[in-house]
Amino acid sequence: MRKAMAEYSPWWPGAPYRLAHRMKRNVPMAEYSALSLLRNALGGNRDWAPAWRKPEPKPTYDVIIVGGGGHGLATAYYLAKEHGITNVAVVEKGYLGSGNVGRNTTIVRSNYLLPDSIRFYEHSLKLWENLSHDLNYNVMFSQRGMLNLAHTPGQADDFIRRGNAMRHEGVDAEWLTPAEIGRMVPGLAIGGSARFPVVGGLMQPRGGTARHDAVAWGYARGADRRGVDIIENCEVTGFLRDGDRITGVMTTRGEIRAGKVGIAVAGSTGHVMKMAGVERLPIESHVLQAFVSESLKPFIHTVVTFGAGHLYISQSDKGGLVFGGDIDGYNTYAQRGNLPVVEEVMSEMVALFPGLARVRLLRSWGGIMDMSMDGSPIITRGPLPGMYLNCGWCYGGFKATPASGWSFAWTIAKDEPHRINAPYTLDRFHRGAVIDEKGQGATPRLH
Amino acid sequence: MSPRRTADSGRIDRSRQIRFSFDGANYSGHPGDTLASALLASGVSLFGRSFKYHRPRGVMTAGIDEPNALVTVLKGDGREPNIPATMLEIYDGLTVVSQNRYPSLAFDVGAVNGLAGKLFSAGFYYKTFMGPVFGPLKGTRFWMFCEWFIRRAAGLGRAGYAADTARYERVNAFCDVLVVGAGPAGLMAARAAAEQGRRVILADLDTRLGGSANWSDETIDGMAATDWVASAIADLSGRDNVRLLPRTTVWGYYDNNTLAALERVTDHKAKPETGEPRHRSWTIRAGSVVLATGALERPLVFPGNDRPGVMLAAAAERYAVEFGVLAGERAVLFTNNDRAYRSAAALARAGARIATIVDVRDTVSAAARRLASECGAELLAGRAVVATDGRRQLSGIAVRAFDARSGTVSGDARNLAADCLLVSGGWSPALHLASQAGARPRWDSGLQAFLPPEPTQNWIAAGAVAGAYSTAEVLRQGLETGRMAAGSADEDDGGLPLAADDELDPNPAPVFEIRADGKAFVDHQHDVTADDVRLAYREGFVSVEHLKRYTTLGMATDQGKTSNVPGMAIMAAAVGKPIEEVGTTRFRPPFAPVSLGSLAAERHGHLKPERLTPMHDWHVANGATMFTAGLWFRPQIYGLPGETIEQAYVREAKAVRDGVGIVDVSTLGKIAVQGPDAAEFLDRVYTNMFSTLAVGKARYGLMLREDGFAYDDGTTWRLGETEFLMTTTTVNAGKVMQNLEYCLDVVWPDLKVHLTSVTDEWAGAALSGPKARQVLEACVTGTAVDDATLPFMGIVRGEIDGVPVTICRLSFSGELAYEVYCGAGHGTHVWETLMEAGELFGIVAYGLEALGTLRIEKGHVTGAEIDGRTTARDLHLDWMLSKKKPFIGSAMMDRDGMTGPGRLELVGVVSLDGRPLNGGAHIVESSNPAAPRDSIGHVTSVCYSPALRKYISLALVEDGKARLGTRAFVSDPVRKRFGPVELVSHHFFDPEGKRLHG
Amino acid sequence: MSEFTYQGEAGRQRPDPASTDRAAWDAYVYDRLNPAGEHNELWQHSGGCRAHLVVTRNTLTHVISSVAFAREAGRAHSAGRRGKGARS
Repeated sequence: MRKAMAEYSPWWPGAPYRLAHRMKRNVPMAEYSALSLLRNALGGNRDWAPAWRKPEPKPTYDVIIVGGGGHGLATAYYLAKEHGITNVAVVEKGYLGSGNVGRNTTIVRSNYLLPDSIRFYEHSLKLWENLSHDLNYNVMFSQRGMLNLAHTPGQADDFIRRGNAMRHEGVDAEWLTPAEIGRMVPGLAIGGSARFPVVGGLMQPRGGTARHDAVAWGYARGADRRGVDIIENCEVTGFLRDGDRITGVMTTRGEIRAGKVGIAVAGSTGHVMKMAGVERLPIESHVLQAFVSESLKPFIHTVVTFGAGHLYISQSDKGGLVFGGDIDGYNTYAQRGNLPVVEEVMSEMVALFPGLARVRLLRSWGGIMDMSMDGSPIITRGPLPGMYLNCGWCYGGFKATPASGWSFAWTIAKDEPHRINAPYTLDRFHRGAVIDEKGQGATPRLH
Repeated sequence: MSPRRTADSGRIDRSRQIRFSFDGANYSGHPGDTLASALLASGVSLFGRSFKYHRPRGVMTAGIDEPNALVTVLKGDGREPNIPATMLEIYDGLTVVSQNRYPSLAFDVGAVNGLAGKLFSAGFYYKTFMGPVFGPLKGTRFWMFCEWFIRRAAGLGRAGYAADTARYERVNAFCDVLVVGAGPAGLMAARAAAEQGRRVILADLDTRLGGSANWSDETIDGMAATDWVASAIADLSGRDNVRLLPRTTVWGYYDNNTLAALERVTDHKAKPETGEPRHRSWTIRAGSVVLATGALERPLVFPGNDRPGVMLAAAAERYAVEFGVLAGERAVLFTNNDRAYRSAAALARAGARIATIVDVRDTVSAAARRLASECGAELLAGRAVVATDGRRQLSGIAVRAFDARSGTVSGDARNLAADCLLVSGGWSPALHLASQAGARPRWDSGLQAFLPPEPTQNWIAAGAVAGAYSTAEVLRQGLETGRMAAGSADEDDGGLPLAADDELDPNPAPVFEIRADGKAFVDHQHDVTADDVRLAYREGFVSVEHLKRYTTLGMATDQGKTSNVPGMAIMAAAVGKPIEEVGTTRFRPPFAPVSLGSLAAERHGHLKPERLTPMHDWHVANGATMFTAGLWFRPQIYGLPGETIEQAYVREAKAVRDGVGIVDVSTLGKIAVQGPDAAEFLDRVYTNMFSTLAVGKARYGLMLREDGFAYDDGTTWRLGETEFLMTTTTVNAGKVMQNLEYCLDVVWPDLKVHLTSVTDEWAGAALSGPKARQVLEACVTGTAVDDATLPFMGIVRGEIDGVPVTICRLSFSGELAYEVYCGAGHGTHVWETLMEAGELFGIVAYGLEALGTLRIEKGHVTGAEIDGRTTARDLHLDWMLSKKKPFIGSAMMDRDGMTGPGRLELVGVVSLDGRPLNGGAHIVESSNPAAPRDSIGHVTSVCYSPALRKYISLALVEDGKARLGTRAFVSDPVRKRFGPVELVSHHFFDPEGKRLHG
Repeated sequence: MSEFTYQGEAGRQRPDPASTDRAAWDAYVYDRLNPAGEHNELWQHSGGCRAHLVVTRNTLTHVISSVAFAREAGRAHSAGRRGKGARS
C-alpha cells in the first residue's frame, strides 16, 4: 500500500505537506485536525463545510454501488483510492448509514477459527488500525481487547484451538486465567458460586470497539473527496439490463447506467436481488436486537463475551453499556424485535455481572441481518453479468467493513477476487466447501 | 415548616416527617413527596451537573421527562445510578448522592470544559485526537490515550460491582383492554370498558393515579378534580374485572399487542415486605389498547435556559398544587402559549409572587390576559428572555423585544430579578408507544406538535396524546375510546362528566428558539446547543437520524422527551423547510429506562436450570468433583485425598481395564421411537440400516445432516417389532429430538411414528470391565446374563433388587460392558445395589475423565470430533454409510469440497516427549515456537493412557490418513507447549476388539 | 424463552430421496425465498405440544394471516398427490 505521509493529517498543527497535498488533489474540504478545530472554534464554527456533497445523480457512471452503508461506502472509497476508479455513484434508499453500520454493537476483532476467516478479518483489522489516519476522520477505534470467557474445560479447549489457529496465522491471542480475568473485569461472576464459573478466557488484545456512525461518515467523506457521488434518498426500484447483463439501476431519482453494478445491501439482499430476477439465495434476513444502558462512569474496560450463553458487551466512550445477544431467529425485514430475546439477553447480563441488575436499559433497536447458510459472507462477481454481490454478513459485518469494501473494490476493479475473498464465493455451497465457523450447517438462526 | 412549602396545598401528609440524606446532608420531607419536591421545599436548587460542560443544573420537570436532576440511590451495597429525582419517592433512611461531579456538586473541576465550549462543538471528536502516523503513538495509540480521559469525564452515575441481592418477578397477564395512563382520559376509558364487562388493566407510571387531575385545580362533574379522581378510582377498584397498576410504566409495544411494563413494587420502601420483589416485569397481552399517555411540556430554547431555577411551567404548577412546594419566591413566566398562564395563576394562588409574564406573542388572548391580571403579573407581550443570570441559582433575567414572525430580537435589554423562571414552549404528545406500534407520526401545524400515527396494531389514542386540549374534550375521548376498545357501539353521553371548557387558545406560537448570544440548550442532559444543531446542518447532517447521531441530541437518559421537537424545529429553520419535511425520529423501546434485573426477573441469580441425574447426590456424597456439561452436572472424577485429576482418572480407567467400573450415563439423550413405520423412519435418518435389526438387539448408528456432514451418533435398541429406544449424545439430545420431529411433521408426514423424549424417565449406569458380567450375575434376577442369553449388542429385561431393569450389552470403553437402565426414581437404589454387588470385584465409580480416557484409547469419536465440520469419512466411519438405501445426507455427502484432498481426518497422536498433550493444541510439520505457522490440524481429545502408558490424543489432521506413522509436532503457542509427536491410527488399544467379548 | 421455535421456510421441495439431481438438492438445502412480505414458514410449538405449524406471516409487519398443523397440511397434500409438501 502506498503510504505517502501527506495522505495523513498529523494531529499537531502545521504539517506543510498537507496543504500541498490538498492543492495537488484539488480537495475542496478542510482537513480535520486539532488546528482546524481550534481555528474554526475561534470563528464560531461557521466555516465547516458539509462532510460530503449532496449531488444529483448523473446518467452514467463507471460503477454503481447499491447501498450506502458501511460496506458500500467503503467499496466506493477503495475503488477510488486503490484503483483510481472515481466515476462512482453510491445510491442509498434512506439516509447514509441508516442500516447496520449504525445499528451494531461496534465490536472489531479477528478472533476466528478457520484460516479463511482469520485471514480475511485480520486484513480488516490491519485496515482498522490505520483507518482514522487513512480517512482523516477519527473513527475512534479503541483497541481495548476482546475477551471470550470460557466456562467449561471443553469450551476452554475450543477457545484455545481458536487462539492457536490465530497464532498460526500471525494474529495475536492470549489465554487468561480466572484470576487475571477477575483483575481485568471487575464485577464479573467468576467463582464457584456462579452458575457458569469462568475457567479462563481467550483475549485478543488488538480487538476492541469503534464509533460505528463515524465509520460510515468517514468513508463517505473520504469517497466524496475523491470524487464519488453519494446519492441519498435514492431507492433502487429495478435493474436495467441488456439481455442477461445488468447495465444500471432504476431508482426513485431516475435511471442510472453503469458498466458495473455492485450490490452491498446486507439485510435487504433478498429483496433487491429479486428485482434482478434472482429469486432464491442462500440467505435469510433476520432481526438482531442491540441494547444500550444508561450512561455510566467507566465500568468495563474491554469487550467481553459470555460463553455459557450468547452475549457480548462493551462500554461506549459516552458511558453506555452496549450489548447484544442472539438474533430473534425468524425471517423479517422489520427493524424491530420481540421480548423473548430482550429477556434472554438481560438475564445473561445479570448472570455475568450481578451488580448490573440495578442498572437500567435505555434503548433497544433492531437491524436486519443477512444470515447466510454457513455463517460466512459472499463477496463475488455475479451471479449475473455486470453484477457483483456482497452479502451474507450475518451479524459480523461491522468489523469486516474495511476488508469487505477493500476486497469488493478489488473484485469489481479487476473482475477477479483478491486472495482474501476468493473463498467467499456463491458456489461454495454447491461444492460443499462451506466456511462454517460454528459447525451448524444450513440453519441460519444457529450461526 | 420549610420556607418554600405552601400554606396548605398539596397531596402530601404534612403530619408525618420523612428523613433522608442527599450528598451526606440530612433533609426531611413528607409522605407523598418525591426527592425533587422535598429538596425544592428545603431550598435546594442545585441537583446535578451536565454531561459535557459539567454545568450546574436544577430540576426542570416534575416527571419522567427530567433531563437534569439525576441522582444515585445507595441501598445496602447496591448503587442505582441515574434516577430522576422527580420520580424518586422518599422514604425514611433514603440515601442519595449526586453524580458526574468532582470533587463536589457545588465545586466541579469538570466545569472547565465549559470554557472551551466552542472547541467541544458537536462532532469535534471526529476531527481530532487521531495522533501521529509514525512514532510510538502511531496507529490507535494516541486516540486511546485521549480516550482514557474522555471516558472518565463522560458518563453519569457510577454503577456498583457488588451483586444485587434484590429479587425480581415476572408476570404474564391477559386482558381485553389495556389502558395506559390514568389521567382523566385513561380513567374514563377504563371505566367505560369496565362497564362493558371487559377485563381491564389500567397502568400509570405515577404513584398517584389521576394524572393532570392531581394538579390542574379544575372542577370535574361538579367536584374538585382530585375528588373526581378519587371517586373514579374507588369505582374501578370495586370491580373485579379491573386491575389497577400504579407505579407501572408501560415501556414497550411488541408484536401481536404484547406490551411490556415495569412495576416498581418496593422502590419507595425502606424495606420490602416479606415476599415482595423489588420490581415486577409485566408482559401484557391485550385485546386492544387505549393509549392515554398524555403530553409533555417542552421548554423554549434561549441563552442561559439551563440555569437552576429555570423550570417548565406545568412542572412548577405541579409542585405547587400536588406537592405544596413553591419553586421560587419571585417567579417570571416565559411562554409562547396560553396554557402556561394557568400555571402562573396556580402558582399565584398557592402563594408565589408572579412578577412578570413574558410572552413571545404580540397579541395575547383575553382569557390569558385575565389570568395574568389574576396573578397580578406585569405582562410583557412581544418580548423574549435573552439571558439569565446567577451562578448556581437563577437571580435574574434579561428581556428584549421579540418579533415572533421573523424570530429576531431587538431593542435594549431590560433586566428583571427572578429566582424562578417558568418556561413553556408548548406541548408534545407522549406518542412513544404509539410510534412503536404505528407508522410515522404526523405534524399538526396548529398545535405545533406531532400527533399519533396510523396504528399498525390494535390501539386507540385518547386525551392529550391525541391532541385533545380541554379537560371536557379529554373526558369525552376517554369515554369513546374506552367503549371502542371494549367493542361497544354505545354512543350515549350519559356517563360523560361535566368539565368546564376554558377559552384559552390551544395553539402555541410557532416559536422554539430565541437566538441571542450565549449557549442555548436544546438537549440539557447532553449539552447539545442550538448552535450544535446548526453546525450539524452546515456539515450536512440534516436527516433527523444524522442530527441525533452527530450531536447526540435526544440520546440521553430522558431520550429527548423535552428536546426532540425543539431540536427538529431548529434544524427545520436552518434547512428552510417545514418541520414535517425534516421528519421525526422513530421511538423504540423502552419508553423510559427499565432495570436489567426486572427483565431477567426470576432468572436473576438463576440463569439456567440445573439438570441433575438421579444419582447426583450419591456422586457428591462419594467424593465426585462435578462439572457442567450443557445444563447437566456430571462427575469429572471421584478423587481420593491428595490425588491430582490425572492420578484419579488414571486409577479409575485402570480399574475398568483390570476389573470393573461403573459410570452414570443417565444424561444420554433417550428417545422412544414407536409405530409401524419406526424401522423405516430409522433407516431414513441413520446412515446405516435398522430395519434389519432383530428384536432384542441394539446397533450403533450415525446420523448426518441434510448437507452431508456428520451430526450425531449413538446406539438404538429394538425393543419390539415397532418399538425402538434411541440414544443420542448428551449435548445433542434436544437438537436431535427436534430434528426428528421436524422430519416426521414436515418431511415425511405419512410415516406412522411417534416420538417421546424419555431422557428424564430412565436412569442409566454403564458397567465396564472384564468382571462386569460377574457383577450382574451377582445382582440381576429374572434373566440370565451369560454370553448366550446376552450376547454383544443383546438386550434383556430383568430385575435388580426388585427393580425392573433393561440391560444392553454394549461398550464405549472397549471392555465387556453393559448399560443398565431403570426408572429414574430407582436410579440411586439400582446404582447402590450394583456397587454392593461389585464390591467383591473391586468395582470403582468412574467419572467423565476416565470415560474419555477409555474411549480415546479405543478411538471412539464424540462432540470434539463430530464438530459440525467433519464428514463420516473424515472420522473413518464410512463403513456405516449404507449403499442399499438413501438416508438424510446421502445425496450431499460426496461433494468435492467434502471428499477432496486437504480434509481434516481423524488420527491418533502419541506424545514423544513424555509430556501431556492439550486439547486445542495445533499440529505442525515443523515446530517454530517463535513464529508459529502452517498448522495442519489440531488436537481434539487428550488423556494419559494407562493401557499404553503414554500421553495420547485424537486429532484432526490435514490428509491425516496418509500421515499415519509420521512425525509431527504439537504447536500450542497460547499455552507455550511445543513438542514432537507421532501420528498413528486412532485405534490405540485392542484394535481387533477382542476385549469386548470378555 | 420463546414458546415457539422457528424452523424456517415452509414448502421447500425435498427431492426424491434417491435423486441425484444436485441442483435440486442444492436448492433444497441452501436456497431460500426470503421474501419481503408474506412468508410461509414453520414454527414448532417447542414449549408445548411439539407440533410444527405452517404459519403465513408478513416479514415486514409480523402480522400472521394463517396457521395450520404442518403434519395435517402435509398429509392432505400427499393424499391429493399434488406433491407440494407442506406448503398450503
